[in-house]
Amino acid sequence: MTLFSRRKTPPAPPSPIAKIRVGCPAHNCGGRCLLIAHIQDGRIIRLDTDDRPDRLEAPQLRACPRGRAYLRRQYHPDRLLHPLKRTGKRGDGRFERISWDEALDTLAAQLTRVKETYGNSALFVPYGTGSYNNLNGSHTARRLLNLFGGCLGIYNSYSWGAINIATPTVFGTLQTGNQRQDWLNSKYILMWGWNPAEMRDGTNSDYFVKLARQNGARVVCIDPRHSLSTVALADEWIPIRPGTDAALMTAMAYVMVTEGLYDAEFVRTHCVGFDAAQMPPGCEQAESYRDYLLGVRDGTPKTPAWAEPLTAIPTATIARLAREYATLKPGVLYQGYGMQRRAYGEQVVRAGCVLAALTGNVGIPGGWASGLALQAPDGGPFWTVFPTGQNPVKVQIPVFLWTEAILRGHQMTQADGILGAERLDNDIKLIYAVATNCLVNQHADVNRSAEILRDESKVEFLAVQDNFITPTARFADLVLPACTQFETWGLEDGWKYGDEVILQPKLVEPPGECKSDYRICAEVAERLGIGAAYTEGRDERGWVEWCLDRYRETRFPGLPALEEFVASNVGVYANPVTQPAVAFVDFRRDPEKHPLATPSGKIEIFSQKLYEMGKPTEIPAIPKYIPEWENPFTTETQSTQRKDSKTPCAPRLRGEKEYPLQAIGHHTLARVHSTHANNDWLQEAFPQRVFINPLDAAARGIADGDTVRVFNDRGALILPCRVTPRILPGVVDIPQGAWWQPAEDGSDLGGNINVLTSHRWTPLAFASAQQMMMVQVMRYKGKQVDRETG
Amino acid sequence: MPYAFYFDSSSCSGCKACQVACKDKHNLPLGVLWRRVYEVAGGEWQPQGEAWLSMVFAYNLSIACNHCEKPICVEVCPTTAMHQRPDGIVLVDADKCVGCKYCAWACPYGAPQFDEAAGRMTKCTFCADNLAEGEPPSCVAACPMRALDFGERADLETRHGPLKPVYPLPEAALTRPSLALTPHREATRAAAESAAIGNWEEVRPTSHRPISSRNSDKVNKKNSP
Repeated sequence: MTLFSRRKTPPAPPSPIAKIRVGCPAHNCGGRCLLIAHIQDGRIIRLDTDDRPDRLEAPQLRACPRGRAYLRRQYHPDRLLHPLKRTGKRGDGRFERISWDEALDTLAAQLTRVKETYGNSALFVPYGTGSYNNLNGSHTARRLLNLFGGCLGIYNSYSWGAINIATPTVFGTLQTGNQRQDWLNSKYILMWGWNPAEMRDGTNSDYFVKLARQNGARVVCIDPRHSLSTVALADEWIPIRPGTDAALMTAMAYVMVTEGLYDAEFVRTHCVGFDAAQMPPGCEQAESYRDYLLGVRDGTPKTPAWAEPLTAIPTATIARLAREYATLKPGVLYQGYGMQRRAYGEQVVRAGCVLAALTGNVGIPGGWASGLALQAPDGGPFWTVFPTGQNPVKVQIPVFLWTEAILRGHQMTQADGILGAERLDNDIKLIYAVATNCLVNQHADVNRSAEILRDESKVEFLAVQDNFITPTARFADLVLPACTQFETWGLEDGWKYGDEVILQPKLVEPPGECKSDYRICAEVAERLGIGAAYTEGRDERGWVEWCLDRYRETRFPGLPALEEFVASNVGVYANPVTQPAVAFVDFRRDPEKHPLATPSGKIEIFSQKLYEMGKPTEIPAIPKYIPEWENPFTTETQSTQRKDSKTPCAPRLRGEKEYPLQAIGHHTLARVHSTHANNDWLQEAFPQRVFINPLDAAARGIADGDTVRVFNDRGALILPCRVTPRILPGVVDIPQGAWWQPAEDGSDLGGNINVLTSHRWTPLAFASAQQMMMVQVMRYKGKQVDRETG
Repeated sequence: MPYAFYFDSSSCSGCKACQVACKDKHNLPLGVLWRRVYEVAGGEWQPQGEAWLSMVFAYNLSIACNHCEKPICVEVCPTTAMHQRPDGIVLVDADKCVGCKYCAWACPYGAPQFDEAAGRMTKCTFCADNLAEGEPPSCVAACPMRALDFGERADLETRHGPLKPVYPLPEAALTRPSLALTPHREATRAAAESAAIGNWEEVRPTSHRPISSRNSDKVNKKNSP
């Protein structure tokens, strides 16, 4: 054979390739998209995306790089193939293969033992969004335990903790958003800490902003980080110091009020609590919003000059921003979620809603009420309609406080956010973790969570059901191998926004002994004697049919039957949006006839309910800027809060503090939270780095690409850095979700920001404040470290 | 009727759906990027009072092979493996390629990508198989921002004008790329101020010369208006 002769013998004729339209596997990714899977010889060999006509009223659902790289996850060599049981100490990650019979018998026996020993409220299914369509994910286990007599309930979410609770204090509802096609009617869009190009926030949200901008809207991004959204969509970037957004909002309100730019008529007719004349009965003596802005009581007018040293935004820019938003109408103030996952996340939500109200942007086309902004007219997608059933255990904990419920559950009361009972009667003793990496990787303070879980006297049994040995699965006593969403049936609707139902037919057989979440739960149910109640005689496909009926009865009356849906191979059913719905139109037109579901029936700038809680320093009745408990300022900052001070005292940054840098963790396209963290194509596209400003790097002798140590009292990361001007000086950014890889000395080599985050929660919502932390960064001088990739 | 790509830099977020879709379509190994997204970043920070004033700018360039009118890769190939079809698409014949990498050294866009395991050069095919079936190239169909398109070169030039100089692309006269491009508004600043490719490690695959070295950055900038 010569050098040039590389021709092989002619191959056998290839097997036919089937092209099936399928919903992109649903995670908590912010999108719900369409793929076309090419299947040959029982294997998916390629993924294309939506090829329907691309129309404004029903745009294509084009998948992001995570969807496009899915086969690297689907056919990853580390896929779990068999049930495993722990052999070493808990958390060591040593396992041996067992049979399904042994695995399911073990889980059933442990559920029964803990129920009989402690009661149902000692059983716990954690928050889990690692698999998130109707038939796959933690809700399958929730149905199981509800039928088994119940389990400790959870409420609220990691993502939207503060905004879920704070939005209704202003508007009485979470449904404060318009259908997104309405953005094309806007003249001004403030993308406030909002980054749809990376965290999606509804498939096509970034694209709709592009169209709005093409239609003439001016777009401004407020973000500590020059994000991908900023590059693609913004006319202007205003970098802001993390945790000071409420200060900027307050100063903007000050400008609008003192310059007479606010919509005084709308405020008079549709709001309460703006000024002393508008206070609810019984609260006449309380501080009004206007009083707060002008500093009537605290002696500190909330001027742009007051906000400049807090926000790091020049006074003139703050004033201009206020004038732009107050006059370029209609306008959108869209609140991202990162800034409400901070110490006083409730304040930034309420302050944003109040700005929308002051500018009269509520209830008009092209406007936006701010807040959580589920879409009008019906609240938008359900995420899932799979019936989890009623939980006979009525007591619920705030989802973020599960470690507290392990450590001191039976001491927790309503002061700890307990709902449904005066107090919790149990500690968590058994955890059945399905499609979640929240126990270790994604919860705050990884080292603390790991320590709690290692103690086998606390959580006595921990079962983890997933596709991989995640950092959470390392702590399992029992590991159950779940199949991916390509390997079973599923059904999705949108993520927050959208008017589509997307079908997920089973495409290929699961590898090894993997089973669907639903099947595993059904087989446990069988062993617990509730098999028939669990399945109601349906398999996965049967439940998809059942779910389709629910969608047909509600948002999608024209939805075809499953047979027809499958046979047509269209993959998606869409309700075209030709007349985008606008939230609060009725209330806008006639607030007396269509009052809000707030106590006053109006937009509550002042909340009597919050006032009556009697905690004005942390839960004020009007939105306020409150300095965070971990902040970059010296203690002098606190003097700005002094009641006797007539002149605002400019905060000084901590030069000599042990941890002088703020850290934030953006949602990277390399992962969906921690899903895809082992996807090599995505690591290649977006390698895990700590992003640091050239000024901060130079001060530390750090060059681009150096390995650095990022640390605080809670832990340390060792990872390479990227020196970039695209982040505010004094702030570093570590994309969240990387898998924890503890070295022998406890340092994390994976770059997991939660090693550095705090588990302290927000005062009103008992919500995650994981975006707030102070750190130090130094050049790493230790020995070379090997980190796992791929 | 040579084919050309159109790229709207003004609305590219840098999400890399194009890059990944390409890898999936052609099953490319790690380190081989037929389409790459270059992040250009620059600008200073100045303290102003107690605030920071940002002069920072950034934009992205999603670049594959430009299937040039004067394909220098074809000119330098010693084995005729690198060749151009009548429709303008430049392909490499794997059977003829000896892996000498001359094309990769010559191409100012970094388009030829060496496959270490196979020991030969690979590159963007414009998804000629898709075109034959009336479908767009995978990268074009992938773009969530609808910032990529393709068409006949003459048509795209009529619609978008001749290729303007954009840092750090080389002078168009060099190879006459079949590329139409809407520059990001910040591209003028990159020409006037200090700018650099901010994501070298993401676009520099294992074994080919990057789009332009830091030294030649200066040369390129001189050629920009």
